[in-house]
Amino acid sequence: MGRRKRLAQTQSGAEGLHSLPALLHRNATQFGDAPAYREKEFGIWQCWTWAEAAKEIRALALGFLEIGVERGDHIAVIGRNRPAHYWTMVAAQMVGAIPVPLYQDAVAEEMTYVMEHCGAKYVVCGDQEQVDKVIEIQEKVHQIKHILYTDKRGMRKYDHSQMNALEDLMAEGQAGHQRFDAELDKRISEITYNDTCVMLYTSGTTGKPKGVVLSNRNVIESAKNSAIFDHLTRDEDILSYLPMAWVGDFIFSIGQAYWCGFCVNCPESADTMMTDLREIGPTYFFAPPRVFESQLTNVMIRMEDASKLKQRMFHHFMAHAKKVGGKLLDGKPVGFGDRMKYALGNLLVYGPLKDTLGYGRFRVGYTAGEAIGPEIFDFYRSLGINLKQLYGQTEATVFITVQPDGEVRADTVGVPAPDVEIKIDDKGEIHYRSPGVFVEYYNNPDSTASTKDAEGWVATGDAGFIEESSGHLRIIDRAKDVGKMADGSMFAPKYVENKLKFYPDILEVVLFGNGKDRCVAFINIDLTAVGNWAERNNVAYASYQELAGHPRVLETIKAHVEEVNKSVAADEMLSGCQVHRFVVLHKELDADDGEMTRTRKVRRGFVEEKFHDIIAALYDGSESVSTKTEVTYEDGRKGAISATLKIVDAPVVPVAQHKVAAE
Amino acid sequence: MLDNAEGYVTEDGRKIGGVVMEMKNITLRFGGVVAIKDISFDIREGEIRAIIGPNGAGKSSMLNVISGFYVPQEGEVWFHGSKRPPMRPFEVAQQGIARTFQNIALFEGMSVLDNVMTGRLNFMQTNILQQAWWKGKAEAEEVENREAVEKIIDFLEIQHIRKTPVARLPYGLKKRVELARALAAEPKLLLLDEPMAGMNVEEKEDMSRFILDVNDEFGTTIALIEHDMGVVMDLSDRVVVMDYGKKIGDGTPDEVRNNQEVIDAYLGVSHD
Repeated sequence: MGRRKRLAQTQSGAEGLHSLPALLHRNATQFGDAPAYREKEFGIWQCWTWAEAAKEIRALALGFLEIGVERGDHIAVIGRNRPAHYWTMVAAQMVGAIPVPLYQDAVAEEMTYVMEHCGAKYVVCGDQEQVDKVIEIQEKVHQIKHILYTDKRGMRKYDHSQMNALEDLMAEGQAGHQRFDAELDKRISEITYNDTCVMLYTSGTTGKPKGVVLSNRNVIESAKNSAIFDHLTRDEDILSYLPMAWVGDFIFSIGQAYWCGFCVNCPESADTMMTDLREIGPTYFFAPPRVFESQLTNVMIRMEDASKLKQRMFHHFMAHAKKVGGKLLDGKPVGFGDRMKYALGNLLVYGPLKDTLGYGRFRVGYTAGEAIGPEIFDFYRSLGINLKQLYGQTEATVFITVQPDGEVRADTVGVPAPDVEIKIDDKGEIHYRSPGVFVEYYNNPDSTASTKDAEGWVATGDAGFIEESSGHLRIIDRAKDVGKMADGSMFAPKYVENKLKFYPDILEVVLFGNGKDRCVAFINIDLTAVGNWAERNNVAYASYQELAGHPRVLETIKAHVEEVNKSVAADEMLSGCQVHRFVVLHKELDADDGEMTRTRKVRRGFVEEKFHDIIAALYDGSESVSTKTEVTYEDGRKGAISATLKIVDAPVVPVAQHKVAAE
Repeated sequence: MLDNAEGYVTEDGRKIGGVVMEMKNITLRFGGVVAIKDISFDIREGEIRAIIGPNGAGKSSMLNVISGFYVPQEGEVWFHGSKRPPMRPFEVAQQGIARTFQNIALFEGMSVLDNVMTGRLNFMQTNILQQAWWKGKAEAEEVENREAVEKIIDFLEIQHIRKTPVARLPYGLKKRVELARALAAEPKLLLLDEPMAGMNVEEKEDMSRFILDVNDEFGTTIALIEHDMGVVMDLSDRVVVMDYGKKIGDGTPDEVRNNQEVIDAYLGVSHD
């Protein structure tokens, strides 16, 4: 009841709320005492109410006017999730400028392109490291006028003629408010629903990053629809730890947070995320599958060290949770005895475990970006954690399809989100149309035209189909990655890769075979899981490379591949995609080396070209291959590692007759 | 250049002040063994001063003389313009000298936070009874000191291990915790005994950055002993070189590097 009432309150007065500054004003006047931001600093959670946040943001906006920010200027923001950085973005909107959050782990070279492309005149940096990068970029990109920074540490010796600490700028803005108040109010009042809210660069699995322009309408409509869909209220707590440059973080930590008026919590540092998660206990949570996978791996590793009694309790009750937990969460009928046993399990195992993980107050949460392993997904759901899947894109302001409560499955991505229309074209590619559809790619009309048609339909680049029985969307693969084998059967690498990646030992897989008669694969081991196994089995190793090439590791991976082959063989359409031969790579695929995007998706074409010698060896039947690979260290220096990799033949299940796809 | 009492300006533009500590003709003997033989040098305010030398040169003994743990048989130690009488280590700590150890000397069973808190001992006034009662004065004192400690934890980027028992930490992090504890004492003079020993390249780079940052941000005068020549030459403003208990060189890294005696000592030319 209370929840519904509060939701209704948030809904009322929706008229005229056409920008984030307007929403901020509403929040600060209607519930100014409610917490808006928290950040852990010096070991203590610092809190800002909506009224306080509004004051800070206004001071910052005044500061921007002081240094001469004009309407339409771009302000780049590079740093970790901190309240000050979120404030920067809203303050930028207040003065009519466009915030452009960037990935903070990008090297200077990558950043140069984006800075040049958006023409940012002002850059807000998190710390000295980012400032150094921007100074390096300034040698090539001359339009950058002013650098601002949040963390003052180590900054004393820099030339401050074109540089300021953010807090000094705020103080100055505050001091000079009489001069700029009128101008600021004028600029705020001029913002329309169609003005640009933010510009976000897509990571781009191929080619250069593209600047996606999202309007206030895109952001606010998407936030509103999704908030209604999941009954989000201003009582939610979220932990903001995902890259600020990613559209998801912008929608959750700014769009929905401002629309609903809930509290954004920022961790102390990237390394303390797990501790902070536990202390905050978010009610609404978002994470890529990777986070859930590593948490589950950690739970299992720690359970192996627990006492016998605890181990038995854990396994006994987890088996029961697997049986009925998911059904209980979906509201399906469950017998009285099973209910009682689940309640006991909740008291003894599930409750404490959820609390340890930081999911004690978890009401609704999503995983997206990649497919999640069904076992991992079911593990969390069986504990009573309402984890769901959604399918989205930057171009759609996140939401395309979402799973409604009670209709959650590991193998689909749900039904179209409110106000979203979906169609599948004759080639199997998914298209959508919604109020969230982006305005354009910045300065790139060709790409805009090839992605969005005149009627507003956007091509996702993903192949999929709508399941007739349930109306849920199922994704097959990236449309351009789906191909044909030499015999004409379908080649859908992601399907096989995901099956393999669901093993904790395997971190990443790349499958090759388009146009060939059989498939081969690159495999990356997961150092945490395999390292732990090695420790337990007294397997000594000195480096990642040595562990990856260990005969017993290869043996284990081979067993996994064999199991996956069996399950792939059972699929009529994709039985040709069984892995015939594979190598365990000597290095992890890495964004710094260009092998992955910053959101950790494999750049297939790049990998294929870079490791062409290994692929050749996989197909020509040789038993091992010597290779030399260039690597880039975190500070940008380059080096090379050489290795001799053993090629492993994997047992495959013979398939009598392929059903030829599309016939 | 160094005779002038006002100090000097380093290559990177830092101003170094007057003499903080002066060692005058120090000789230290253990029975018949002469560990330090008639050595004199000074440490100036705000500088990073290194003491280097091959194994057994007497570096650690020298550091122990500075920290007051050893009392030399001959010679004088001058600190802030007055001659220092023989004193016990806690009295030296009260004077504003803190140190780290070559072999880590932390409380293994205690958390990082508690370990660093012990560095604040000299700022605590409450007695054991007040602390047992805790409410009131002891509580206020703890809050105040905790704040100082948290700033150091933030500075050295060890927030993620705040509550972790020290015994569970890898070597490089333990070294950092030791530095944190020494910093918690807000020393005027910080002594580091082989801060990089046993570290890999990445850990050494981190530690070097922290040492420079400490010097830069807090203006702390630092005296360090180090084996790794590369590190020493990059970090320090002036270097004392010891060999067999004698001082064989003293000056800027460049001067020391070109000193024939130093080269001989490191390359192992036979003595006599």
